[in-house]
Amino acid sequence: MSLTREGIAYRVASELPDGSYVNLGIGIPTLVSSFIGPNKEVFFHSENGILGMGPLAQPGHEDPDLVNAGKQYVTLLPGASVFDHPTSFSMIRGGHVDYAVLGALEVAANGDLANWRTPGEKVPGVGGAMDLAFGVRNVIVTMTHITNKGKPKILSKCTLPLTAPHCVTHIFTDMAVIDVTPEGLVLREVAPGLDPKTIQSHTEAPLRVSPNCKEMNVPANFLAAPAAR
Amino acid sequence: MVNKTLATCKEAVAGVFDGATILLGGFGDPGLPGQILEALRLQGAKNLTVVHNGSGGGTHSLGGLIHDGKVRKLIASFPSNPGNMSFQEKYLKGEIELELVPQGTLAERIRAAGAGLGGFFTPTGAGTDLAAGKETRVLDGREMVFEKALHADFAFVRAYRGDRLGNLNYRMAMRNFNVPMATAAKFVVAEIDELVPVGGIDPEDVHTPGIFVDHVVEVVRHPEYLKITTEGR
Repeated sequence: MSLTREGIAYRVASELPDGSYVNLGIGIPTLVSSFIGPNKEVFFHSENGILGMGPLAQPGHEDPDLVNAGKQYVTLLPGASVFDHPTSFSMIRGGHVDYAVLGALEVAANGDLANWRTPGEKVPGVGGAMDLAFGVRNVIVTMTHITNKGKPKILSKCTLPLTAPHCVTHIFTDMAVIDVTPEGLVLREVAPGLDPKTIQSHTEAPLRVSPNCKEMNVPANFLAAPAAR
Repeated sequence: MVNKTLATCKEAVAGVFDGATILLGGFGDPGLPGQILEALRLQGAKNLTVVHNGSGGGTHSLGGLIHDGKVRKLIASFPSNPGNMSFQEKYLKGEIELELVPQGTLAERIRAAGAGLGGFFTPTGAGTDLAAGKETRVLDGREMVFEKALHADFAFVRAYRGDRLGNLNYRMAMRNFNVPMATAAKFVVAEIDELVPVGGIDPEDVHTPGIFVDHVVEVVRHPEYLKITTEGR
């Protein structure tokens, strides 16, 4: 089995500690906020000047002056604050945001991240990706483990232009949870029914299997057969 | 008596000359001075350098200015929104120059200009393609890239309320680039929803003090500005 996109987001959500300040990127990361649950307070940051961001606005209740970094209409939670760009990026670059959850095209064994230029892309855009990758202490990457052509995305060395060197600390995919450590990549969890050998066969960079490596705890509705992915 | 109010957006852009550098506030629709932009489009100045987070959408506001061929160069962090057809078309034909800047660096370069600084060292971008050719230094054990202050001839910003002294107040996520941009140009005009009497903005709620602002112009929000799309980028 492998995790659905929601499954990856669910697993990341359970990793974020109570009281943490978190910036979510576009795609799978955006889904993380739905799975935090009522028992902890996690504060979501948006580059364009929001801390304490709530869910997307209900149709008919949009505030035209309140969007997230993806230009979607959002809401604020009690205790939220709004501010300008220099303040927002002081939070990011200054190391005040605890976690950045980002999508990736490639991650290398040493934590190098490539997520800002896709192959064949004609118009470049970087947005806040580099500031987040350089400034935030814990950079969590969420992605499918392999490309839709079956090629590994976790490599010995990135082939695409880097967003930042040595920045990724954790990788959450549909198959595994992997920590980036000074000694290399450590396989911490596998999706239900998969074994470390299978994960390694889909990973170009060498993996060390943690002595505590276990099966991911994810509800069954977030699991899919690999073919259905 | 000081009176920084203007009656029309046309007056706000009257002085814009060919080849001018313009800071344009906003992130998405919030804080975008859309009606000043439309006036600028009609005014006709060309060979402009525009500094903005994105590249506008469709063929109105910044997209319209680019579509009309008035922009020679765009300095932006995220010009690649799939909907920004005007920019993409010009860029792929080589008809517009792009300086791509990480978003936090863009904001800080503008802030630095307004604060009288020559530039700053930032870790963002060190060792990547966007630091190519730039001066670097190792500070506290970390490689840093030197980024220059970004000055401009004009800044067009969007606030919620303003008074005749140029004091500005923003609501929700409107502040974004507007706050630093209002400090960093020789001539600054704010498009506002509501002109209030002096004292009408509590001193604690003045986000841009009037010292930075040359003019304010009250507008009625264009229905286009209120158009709701929840698709995001």
